[in-house]
Amino acid sequence: MIPLEYYLVVASALFSLGLYGMLTRKNAVNVLMAIELIFNSANINLVAFSRFVTGDTEGQVFALLVIAIAACEAAVALAIVMSLYRITKGVSLEDASVLKG
Amino acid sequence: MDRLDAVSSLKYFVPELVLVLTLMGVLVCDLISKNRATWERRLVIVLPSLFGLLVALFFSVFIYFSQKGPDPSDAQALFSNMVAFDGFGSLLRILFIFTAIIILLFTIESRELRSVHHGELLVLLLTVTVALIWMANSINLLMIYLALETVSVASYIMVGYLKTDRLSNEASLKYILFGAVSTGTMLFGLSLLYGLTGSLDLYEIRAALTSEQVVASSGPALMVIIVLVLAGIGFKMATVPSHFWCPDVYSGAPTPVTAFLSVGPKVAGFAVLVRFFYGGMALSTGEQTWTMVGSVDWQTILMGISIITMTLGNIAALLQTNLKRLFAYSSIAHAGYIMMGAVALSDRGIKAMLAYVIVYLFMNLGAFLVIIVVHNSTGSFDIKDYAGIWRRSPILTIVMGIFLFSLMGIPPFAGFLAKWYVFAAVIRAGLVWLAVIGVLNSAIGAFYYVKILKTMFMEGSDTAEPSSKLELHPLYAVLLFVLVVPNIIGLLLWGYLDRVTEYSHKLLDVM
Repeated sequence: MIPLEYYLVVASALFSLGLYGMLTRKNAVNVLMAIELIFNSANINLVAFSRFVTGDTEGQVFALLVIAIAACEAAVALAIVMSLYRITKGVSLEDASVLKG
Repeated sequence: MDRLDAVSSLKYFVPELVLVLTLMGVLVCDLISKNRATWERRLVIVLPSLFGLLVALFFSVFIYFSQKGPDPSDAQALFSNMVAFDGFGSLLRILFIFTAIIILLFTIESRELRSVHHGELLVLLLTVTVALIWMANSINLLMIYLALETVSVASYIMVGYLKTDRLSNEASLKYILFGAVSTGTMLFGLSLLYGLTGSLDLYEIRAALTSEQVVASSGPALMVIIVLVLAGIGFKMATVPSHFWCPDVYSGAPTPVTAFLSVGPKVAGFAVLVRFFYGGMALSTGEQTWTMVGSVDWQTILMGISIITMTLGNIAALLQTNLKRLFAYSSIAHAGYIMMGAVALSDRGIKAMLAYVIVYLFMNLGAFLVIIVVHNSTGSFDIKDYAGIWRRSPILTIVMGIFLFSLMGIPPFAGFLAKWYVFAAVIRAGLVWLAVIGVLNSAIGAFYYVKILKTMFMEGSDTAEPSSKLELHPLYAVLLFVLVVPNIIGLLLWGYLDRVTEYSHKLLDVM
């Protein structure tokens, strides 16, 4: 069986990739994809821990709820991106630069 | 202490149930009034929401006083240890519902929201209010995350409510990107904490962290967890390093929403901070002080965040020309002051946080109401457009002056009391130099608050004839009165505030 460490390494790698993508991408939709990576890295952790450490289902239930919440958040985020697109005709984060100081 | 299942928990959950029913009712009222005239439609959605909030407020005050009665030891863990029911939560419940009522009244005559239909905004406001109560009462990692996300997702939409306004959309986009990353980071930290301790329940986590075998092996892991979790909680509180969203979102959002964000989610963030650290990572010694469990000195981390937050907030506020941005930085600075209470590691510290939060609610909402009133007349948030307000409305200037002096912490006003509480708490905890930094920061803060006041007294250089009066809607006049009175008589309320916090600082404790 695959040991716990492998899951944790994959999760940490996903988390780091997510943070990297979030910091470097200029396209709002790409940033949203990076954010999904962060959520899913936590999901892998939760399910792996629930299987290997506690043996109960708490972690798996948590992961299911995280998936639901992430979907809500993505829906709202895409709606906001659409709404901004109607005004600026672009989805680049550089279009969203009026507010600063 | 009892552990109640879902059905027997419901009778302790009446205010929340009332709010949920209200928000569904308002949604329906909004739909059936679709073809009515604007003012009729507004009435049809505002009245039920107001009624629901008042009923919920009545029940939460009732709960507060019945709990406070002769036998105050009836703290409960509801819904199989998901939600706490204790003095701390019942005070914050009253605060959140009161804030929601004030904000609801703010939205009615605001110029920014006049052109849009704001039925959904009220539904979102009610949603956030319910979620704030859950957030302040959750004692389970899953519940903390769910409540925090509910608050976040609904407030993203509230910020972007002006669909055709570029700034509102931009603020909303920045808020959601920043918020999703912060809460995602926190979630990763929570998942590691689950793996480390094998439980999602804060009190079981504390028990696990007390065991020697975990303490010996968990140092670096716990450190990482605390940093990750603070990213998420700090996002709600707007503390460094998760404060970047704050000025942009505050200046882009409709002003009533800004006022709500500066009080509701911030206070709930501090409640989560207290629940997480004092519930999951500290033990009460029984003599009004707490000791940290686990191998990480989180007191020092919070202290560092507190110092950097208030200093950065105050210094950045000095440079602002837009009043909403200025108040964003000022609210960051106040988050730093409130956090000093959590650093003190004592009952006195928690009391100080509660006292600060109560006073902060009145002074900050008041200042934002003045901003709304001035914007209704001038259509501007720039400080330079505040020149000549004294000529146009002396009363408004005096009221704003009281709010600003209160925010500064000048003695006759309530703000002084709030600062006194937190500084006294950290001095009692032996952190005199932290109190000194706090006082120095208040002095820096005085600069930009006085700058606003000075501008209001200055001669207006603009074209508006100085004789034109500033219009003050009667509703807003009443609200200003309600918000300003507690600030003026602040010192008289000292004893009362002491009694309220004395009861409410008691957290549910599962031993």
